[in-house]
Amino acid sequence: MLKLPIYLDHNATTPMDPRVLEAMIPYFVENFGNAASRNHSFGWHAEEAVDYAREQIAQLIGADTKEIIFTSGATEGDNLGIKGVYEMYASKGNHIITCTTEHKAVLDTCKHLEKLGAEVTYLEVQPDGLINLKELEAAMKPTTILVAIMYANNEIGVIQPVKEISAIAKKHGALFFTDAVQAVGKIPVDVNADGIDLMAFTAHKMYGPKGVGALYVRRKNPRVKVTAQLDGGGHERGMRSGTLNVPGIVGFGKACELARLEMASDTERISKLRDKLETALTQLEESYVNGNPAYRLPHVSNISFKYVEGEGLMMGFNKDIALSSGSACTSASLEPSYVLKALGLGDDLAHSSLRFGLGRYTTEEQIDFTIKAVSETVLKLREMSPLWEMFKDGIDIDAIQWAHH
Amino acid sequence: MAYSDKVIDHYSNPKNVGTLDKASKNVGTGLVGAPECGDVMRLQIQVDEATGIITDAKFKTFGCGSAIASSSLATEWLKGKTIDQAVAIDNMDLVEELNLPPVKIHCSVLAEDAIKAAINDFRTKNGLEELVFEQSHV
Repeated sequence: MLKLPIYLDHNATTPMDPRVLEAMIPYFVENFGNAASRNHSFGWHAEEAVDYAREQIAQLIGADTKEIIFTSGATEGDNLGIKGVYEMYASKGNHIITCTTEHKAVLDTCKHLEKLGAEVTYLEVQPDGLINLKELEAAMKPTTILVAIMYANNEIGVIQPVKEISAIAKKHGALFFTDAVQAVGKIPVDVNADGIDLMAFTAHKMYGPKGVGALYVRRKNPRVKVTAQLDGGGHERGMRSGTLNVPGIVGFGKACELARLEMASDTERISKLRDKLETALTQLEESYVNGNPAYRLPHVSNISFKYVEGEGLMMGFNKDIALSSGSACTSASLEPSYVLKALGLGDDLAHSSLRFGLGRYTTEEQIDFTIKAVSETVLKLREMSPLWEMFKDGIDIDAIQWAHH
Repeated sequence: MAYSDKVIDHYSNPKNVGTLDKASKNVGTGLVGAPECGDVMRLQIQVDEATGIITDAKFKTFGCGSAIASSSLATEWLKGKTIDQAVAIDNMDLVEELNLPPVKIHCSVLAEDAIKAAINDFRTKNGLEELVFEQSHV
């Protein structure tokens, strides 16, 4: 029996793997020690568990254990990575390069630094969602201290050319930071092969618990340092004070181990389901996949269904299927997704988009149900759409003078 | 955000979806909103020339559930009303009937604008001057 509702919003968060929960349980009541307590066995137990998790995490991304700085999640990792570099390397320059489709945790951090005197270049993306490497190269200056480009995008799933980006940054003596929240645990990420100097990622996007993440900070070639953003006990090699979230970290470690062992088989299975979903839904007239289809996460599909509005569309099935829309009809601004707009999509197409995020527990039965429900709703709403009628009558909708309000 | 039962009902079983002959002299058409804003409503009324009563009303809407429900309800209310009565329909009546939350009030404003645009279209077709309305408050 198909169990409803179906969860297809794995870019927002993932359910926790029961094996992760099992690993965490002893660290709440039984082994509750503070990992910083050096003088007794409670502390030693906790520290041992944290060390083990650090190994599991480091192994997944090809890092050294000393390069893992625990945080509360990727928003903190983004803040610490970018602000920490800006402060630490202030004497070298004040220029940061990022791009317009970054997560708000990166964009708003950059905006904050602009107020403090940083110069920030926001690279536009190409219609497929990838940045233009020539534009990056041209934006580099002697004062550039950091290039901050995400590994994979949360809305459309496109994977940026990270190796090429890091090479350009290195050539110009700048550090390379990447928000890899959507990539780590889903696709192979290797900090050395990819030339990454700093990287933020989080447990809850990879079947781990919420409230725990990490910032990778390179220790060799070059040795990178960040200025702490929280003052306190000097935990995490002075870069992030605060008592470690031991159960969360244990769960994060386990989630990384499972991702490392099961990534290949998960990807093979999930990408087949994604392709099935995408092939079926793009059979509908006037439906378009957003983002470069070749350089894309295996579990994401973002599709615009022209002439129907995303939120109205979701209402047709949201008691049974949980997913996200690029429409922002509920927000006060009424602005649709800035990521889709950055691709050069008209606001109308951005309003008409749905993001499907598949995951470890997605089944073929769920995908079949989704294909049917979404297709039926699109057809039903198009019958109700004045724009669809105009399109069918051959009226050029773009030529109409719409009254904006 | 949860929708009210009435919004869900109009969304699931919309009343009066369709198209009237916009070239006809006794049909008034109002097309309001913009695709970029995520809402476009087309509301049409058919008026009995002898009595001035709205005998039929149809809509098509591109938008969220609240926009669809607002236009569906508006067509229900329009049928059987005189033009003068129709002019008096206020967006806040729609808000109240559908329990629209504050972020969705603009959907009801759009429906009110569509009613007024349809009425003015009918009036100009029939040699009457357009009514001037106060700007709605959003």
